[in-house]
Amino acid sequence: MSTNNENRKTYYESIINQGYSRRDFMKFSTYMAAFMGLESSMVGQIAQSLENTPRLPVIWEHYQECTCCSESFIRSNHPIVADIILDRISLDYSLTLMAASGHQAEAAKAETMKKYHGEYILCVEGSIPLGDDGNYCCIAGKSAKETFLEAAAGAKAIIAWGSCASNGCVQAAKPNPTEATPIHKIVKNKPIIRVPGCPPIGEVMAGVIMHVVAFGRLPKLDRLGRPKAFYGKRVHDTCYRRPYYDAGLFAETFDDDNSKKGYCLYKLGCKGPMTYNACASMKWNNGVSFPIQSGHGCIGCSEEEFWDNGPFYERTTKVPGFAVESNADTVGKVTAGVLAGGLALHAIAANISKRKELMDRINRGKSNEKNIDS
Amino acid sequence: MANRIVVDPITRIEGHLRIEAEIKNGIIVDAFSSSTMVRGIESIVKGRDPRDVWAFVQRTCGVCTTVHALTSVRAVEDALGIAIPPNAEMVRNIMEGALYMHDHAVHFYHLHALDWVDIVNALKADPKKTSEIAQSISNWPKSSPGYFSDVQKRVQKFVESGQLGIFANGYWGHSQMKLPAEVNLLAVAHYLEALEWQKEIVKVHTIFGGKNPHPNYLVGGMSCAINSDGAGGLNAERLMHVEKLLKEGKDFIDKVYIPDLLAIASFYKDWGAVGKGIGNYMSYGDFPTNGYADLSSFKFQQGVILNNDLSKVHDVDHRSSEEIKEFVNNSWYDNYTEGKDKGRHPWDGETKVKYTGPKPPYEHLNVEEAYSFIKTPRWKGKPMEVGPLARLLVGYGRGNKEIQDAVNGALSHLNVPVDALFSTLGRTAARGIETQLVANWTLEFFNTLMNNIKNGDERMANTDSWEPSSWPNETKGVGYCEAPRGALAHWIKIKDEKTENYQLVVPSTWNASPRDPKGQRSAYEEALIGTPIADPNLPLEIIRTIHSFDPCLACAVHLYDEHGKHISQVQNIASCDS
Repeated sequence: MSTNNENRKTYYESIINQGYSRRDFMKFSTYMAAFMGLESSMVGQIAQSLENTPRLPVIWEHYQECTCCSESFIRSNHPIVADIILDRISLDYSLTLMAASGHQAEAAKAETMKKYHGEYILCVEGSIPLGDDGNYCCIAGKSAKETFLEAAAGAKAIIAWGSCASNGCVQAAKPNPTEATPIHKIVKNKPIIRVPGCPPIGEVMAGVIMHVVAFGRLPKLDRLGRPKAFYGKRVHDTCYRRPYYDAGLFAETFDDDNSKKGYCLYKLGCKGPMTYNACASMKWNNGVSFPIQSGHGCIGCSEEEFWDNGPFYERTTKVPGFAVESNADTVGKVTAGVLAGGLALHAIAANISKRKELMDRINRGKSNEKNIDS
Repeated sequence: MANRIVVDPITRIEGHLRIEAEIKNGIIVDAFSSSTMVRGIESIVKGRDPRDVWAFVQRTCGVCTTVHALTSVRAVEDALGIAIPPNAEMVRNIMEGALYMHDHAVHFYHLHALDWVDIVNALKADPKKTSEIAQSISNWPKSSPGYFSDVQKRVQKFVESGQLGIFANGYWGHSQMKLPAEVNLLAVAHYLEALEWQKEIVKVHTIFGGKNPHPNYLVGGMSCAINSDGAGGLNAERLMHVEKLLKEGKDFIDKVYIPDLLAIASFYKDWGAVGKGIGNYMSYGDFPTNGYADLSSFKFQQGVILNNDLSKVHDVDHRSSEEIKEFVNNSWYDNYTEGKDKGRHPWDGETKVKYTGPKPPYEHLNVEEAYSFIKTPRWKGKPMEVGPLARLLVGYGRGNKEIQDAVNGALSHLNVPVDALFSTLGRTAARGIETQLVANWTLEFFNTLMNNIKNGDERMANTDSWEPSSWPNETKGVGYCEAPRGALAHWIKIKDEKTENYQLVVPSTWNASPRDPKGQRSAYEEALIGTPIADPNLPLEIIRTIHSFDPCLACAVHLYDEHGKHISQVQNIASCDS
C-alpha cells in the first residue's frame, strides 16, 4: 500500500510498543470485525492485516460544519480504538486536535501532501460553499474549495464524514444561502466513501476508517457510496418498537400513557421508516440508547435533504411528495427506491428472518394506519 | 515600526478564526479578530415550524451541543407561555451540567493544555518524581511510578516512529514553556486519560436525549417519558446509570482536572497579569431550580459588571430594545437601512450576508473596513466579556457565598491577588472552578428529580400548547442560557404558526466580534493588547490568550510584517529526526 514504509511502524508493532499485549490486539481485531459486520473467520485476516500494515497518514479538513463529527469520532467506544485512531493512524492535520496553529499547521499538512502523495486518506467534515466565488468559508486565506481540491489531488481516497460533506446538511436546507455543496459534486475522479448522519455514530466512523486501515481497500458501498455494513437497513426494520407499530399501538402525544409504555412514535413524526442507518441496531455511545429509545422520533439525519422533509413532528405519510394513502412501509420503499435503487424489499427481507412474516407485518401495518386518523 | 502577524487557522477551537496582531518592540499593540465562515442558519429557519427550530440551530455547534437546542426551546416556550414540568427542568439542568463537565475538561486537556504542556519535554521526566507529585496533589489511583513510566515509554516510541500526527510542529521547546519535565509527564498521562473519560460522561445525554453529539430536545419539556414501573421509559435502571455517570464524572473533575489545573497554574502565575481584557463582564444566569421564570432560583446569577468594579452588579433585560443591540459596521453583512452606525435589538435583527473582504487567496484582511462574519453585539453600547470568568465575577459581586468561597479558595491556593482573575490565567482557572461547582449542583438536580418521582410526579412534558392551532397569530419570545462559553440567547418572532424571524447572539459573538462604530474593541482583541511575544514566528502567547476564551468558531492566524509580507515559514522544531 505504501512506498514510504521504512520508518513507519505497523499497527501491531505500535500496539505492542504501547504496552498492550498480543491478547489485547486480538481483542481489538475481534471488536473491529464485529463493528464491520464480518464473520468471525475474518478476525484472523484483520489481525494479519494490522500486523503488517504501516500507519496510514490522514488529513482531516473542516469546512462548513459544527465539529459534531469530530466529537462523535472521539466518542468511539473501545479504548484501544481511541488510541489507534489518534496515535496509530497518523492524523497529520486536524483543526480540532492538532497542537500547531497558523503557518505551523499548514506546513504540517503540506509536508504530508508531498511526502505521502497518492497514499494519504482525506477526511472531510463540512460542506463547501460555492456561492459568491467561495468567499463564505476561508482557511489560511484560501477558499474551502481551493484547499479541498489541493488536498484531494494527492489523496488515495476521500471519506465524507457526516451529512454536511455527504449531503450538504443544515446549511444546504432551503434556501441554501451559501450554496453549500457536498464534496462528491466537486471532485469526481476519486473514490469517495459517504458516511452520512448528523453526526454519524462514533463506532461507525471508527469502523469505516479501520476497514481501510485493516484491508487497504474501501468497504463495500451501496449505490449512494455508503458503506453497506452500516447503511443497509432502515431504522424502522431494526427498531425494538417495531412490534408496537405492527400491533397498531402508537404514542399519541409526548408524555402520554402510550409514550410512557414505549409505544411506536410513528404518529409523532418518527422518520425511521425512511431512514437508512445503524442507530437501532448498534445504538449510540456504546449501545446506551438511541433517539427512539429515549422517546423522540428519528429525524432522519442520515438521509439526503432531511431538513426539508419535515416538519419533524408530522407523520411520514403526510410528508409532501408521498401519497396520503401510503403507509410507513411504502414510504420506506419509495425512499429506498429513490435513494438506494431497488434495494428496499430485499434489504428488509434480509433483516427479518422470514419474508412471509415481513409481508404479514406490512399488511398489518397498512390496516393499522388506515385507522390512525379515524 | 509595528510588525503585523497573522494566525490562520487558529486550531484547537470550534470553527474558523483568524487573528491579525500588530507587534511593536515585542509587545502586541493592536489586534483584529475575524471569523471566516458563514452558513446562514438564521435565514434557513425562517418560515419553519417553531417546534422544529431547536434541531436546526443545535447544529450551530457540535462541541457545545445541547445549548442551542435548550435556548431555542426556551425561546419558543417563552413566546407561547409554556411552563415545563419540574422533572423536565431537572433533566435539562442535568444534561447541561454534564455538558459543562465534558466541555470544560476536554477544553483543558485537549484544546488548551498543549499551550502550556511540552509533550516532548516529558521524555526527560523521572517517572518516580512524577508519581510523588501526583500523589501529593491527589488520591487518584493511577499514580504509580510504573504507570507514568509506561506512559513515558509510549511517548518515546511515538516520537521515535517519525510520524508525530497531531503533535507535529507544536510549540515544543518554546522559551515560554515553563513546566518541569515531571509535571509535563503528568499532564500527558492525563491528556490520554481524559480522552477515554470524556466518552463516558456524555452518556447522560444519550440516556435522556438518545444520542451525543446532538441529543433531542422538545418544546414543552423533554421526550424521555418517565415510567418507574415499566421498561418503556425512564426507570430505576436508567436513572441509576445517570447517577453513576455523574458521580464518576465528578470524581475525575475533583481528583484529576482540578489538581492538574492548580499544579500547572502555579508555574504560570505571570499569566495572571497578561490578557486583561475589557473589564466588563456579563452573565445571563442559568440552572433554574424553581422554574425558569424565577430568576432568584438560578444557580448562576445574571448581571453585568463594569470596569472590574465588583461592588456594583447591573441587571440585564433581554427584552429592552435599549440594552442588547447588534451592529454590522465592521461585518460582512448588508448595512441596516437606518445607517451604518446604528444597532438593532435582535427581535428586529436581520442577517443579510454581503462579503466585501479580499478575494481568496489573500495575505491579510482589510481591517479598515468590514473584516469578519461575526456581528458586533453591545450592552448599552458597551463591549462585554462573557464566559466562566464573567459568571463567577457576577456571582461574586452578587454576594453568592458558594461562588465567593470557591474563588477565594483557588486564589489563596495559588497565592495570587484578586486582580489575577482579570487575565488569561483567571479565565482558565475560572473554567475549572465552575466545573467543580456545576458537578456538585448536577448531583443536586439529580436528587431533586429522584425525589419528584418518589413523590409521584412523573410528568416530563407539557403538551397543552403543542398544537399550532392553539397559538396566538403573532407572538415573540426570548430564550437564554449560560453555555459553557458564556451568555447565549435566541430571539424568535412567530407569525401564523411559522417562524417569522430568528436571531442568535452567541458567546463567541460577544467575545470575538470586530470593532463597533465607536471603534471599541471586543474581548479577544482587547485581551491581546500588551501581550509580550517572545518569537513572532511562533505566536504561542496569542494562542494562549485566545484559547483562554475557549473560542467556538474557526480561527486563522497568519504572520506578516509591516509591508504585508509573510515572515518566513517556521521550521519544524518538533521533527522526530532531531
